[in-house]
Amino acid sequence: MNSQIRAQFPILERRVNNRPLVYFDNAATTQKPVRVIEALDRYYRQMNSNIHRGVHFLSQEATSAYEGVRQQAARFINAPDHRSIIFTRGTTESVNLVAHSFGQARLKPGSEVIVSEMEHHSNIVPWQLACERYGASLKVIPVTDSGELDLEVYKELLNPNTAIVAVTHVSNALGTVNPVKEIIFLAHRLGVPVLIDGAQAVAHLPVDVQDLGADFYCFSSHKMYGPMGIGVLYGREQLLGSLPPYQGGGEMIDRVSFEKTTYNELPFRFEAGTPNVGDAIAFSEAMHFIEELGFETLNKHEEVLLSYATDRLRELPGIRYIGEPHVRSGVISFMIRGLHPYDLGMILDKFGVAVRTGNHCAQPLMERFGIPGTVRASFSVYNTTDEIDIMIEALEKAIEMLQ
Amino acid sequence: MATLKQKAEEIQEEFAMFDDWMDKYNYLIELGKTVPVIDEKYRQKQYLISGCQSQVWLHAALENGKIIFRADSDALITKGIVHLLIRVLSEESPEAILDADLGFLDEIGLKEHLSPTRANGLASMVKQMKLYALAFKAKQSQS
Repeated sequence: MNSQIRAQFPILERRVNNRPLVYFDNAATTQKPVRVIEALDRYYRQMNSNIHRGVHFLSQEATSAYEGVRQQAARFINAPDHRSIIFTRGTTESVNLVAHSFGQARLKPGSEVIVSEMEHHSNIVPWQLACERYGASLKVIPVTDSGELDLEVYKELLNPNTAIVAVTHVSNALGTVNPVKEIIFLAHRLGVPVLIDGAQAVAHLPVDVQDLGADFYCFSSHKMYGPMGIGVLYGREQLLGSLPPYQGGGEMIDRVSFEKTTYNELPFRFEAGTPNVGDAIAFSEAMHFIEELGFETLNKHEEVLLSYATDRLRELPGIRYIGEPHVRSGVISFMIRGLHPYDLGMILDKFGVAVRTGNHCAQPLMERFGIPGTVRASFSVYNTTDEIDIMIEALEKAIEMLQ
Repeated sequence: MATLKQKAEEIQEEFAMFDDWMDKYNYLIELGKTVPVIDEKYRQKQYLISGCQSQVWLHAALENGKIIFRADSDALITKGIVHLLIRVLSEESPEAILDADLGFLDEIGLKEHLSPTRANGLASMVKQMKLYALAFKAKQSQS
């Protein structure tokens, strides 16, 4: 079963430094199955044209394909309507869009934005920029020693000045799955909307934005087997519709005159300029890939890999896990006592093992744990326990060399 | 005393002994471990060259027309390369440093470490060394 899945990912045949590639950097970006690569190729060979305003055949065809992906993306996260799905370049742009437009509409001096200590920089910096612009301030939910959010402090942070809460569904650095439904419930009691950074969640767990109650949900195609450069912002229609535009240009307008321009309706008012049609269409294949496999299969496989990796890593002298959350998804972050993550990563690379080292774009989180960074192994559906054995052997060798 | 070029050639000869990457890295790591390249007093913020992956500290002083570099890193492999760079570039005149060809790192197969995309602080370190040389040269020509 696993070999059939691996066969769909041509890059896995590559050799790196004269060894078979072991790709454990899936939280940074997953590899792409043939069907995604072929869809992109097919689009540019057969369908490429600019969408929405063309009366000609190709434009019509591409438009309906592109809008079809929007409907598919809505179904994928159980959004009530395709109008609430905005295509962006990825999670980062989705967060920036909300920070910009929501900021303009709702932030004022004295307002507070709540983020968490485990956020990726892309769910911190856009809010800092918005806070600076409107005289608002940033409040931070702390992380416990086990790598989970301190919900007691969160409850205390929520107050009538809170304008919005922005937290991650799954931590990219620790793998912690946050209780976002509860986080949203608590915010909603005070009428505070919540943005969820779903970049690390969508490839690993079924997301139902209505069940969660999320006001905004952001994710990227490239972390879920799709191409880079396309992602989604889901926004609750009523809230999204009340926000001012993000970027100006073609497509997002209703009528333009030099006196006064009126804007298009959702979703188009947030999609200025020619969209990334080709990648959207290839992204569709990535969602099909996940749906056909099913989250049950994905999760079962992932659990096997996570528990096998955790057990085997425990054999190593000086191993320290960073974050041992109760619910974990896809990622193991660790250090070896006395050794620098960069040295470990360099030597693993020589053995063909691709992991991520460093601060994982989460410097505040590394500071909280008082470490320069971690080694992060993140797994995907095509990874195997044999590959974990290769990583362990490489780590043993690295420890021997570095100690 | 050996010239900058001779020192680079010496390093090339040392590394020519190793057939595979593991021996080479073992040696590099040994260099990183055994050589205390910087005083604790220079492991300060003002000497820090921050890489995303590893950190490098660099201190420079002009003594008798030669620049003395002292440097360090928190990662061992980076420190090994730091050691090689210091060996070649320290105790040289500003002119020699500005003209220095670091092709020897390519020859011994370690050039990848100087790539800015590695974000280990080494590319910035070399740039900073050349900037120090430029500054000291300007200072010399004034006096």
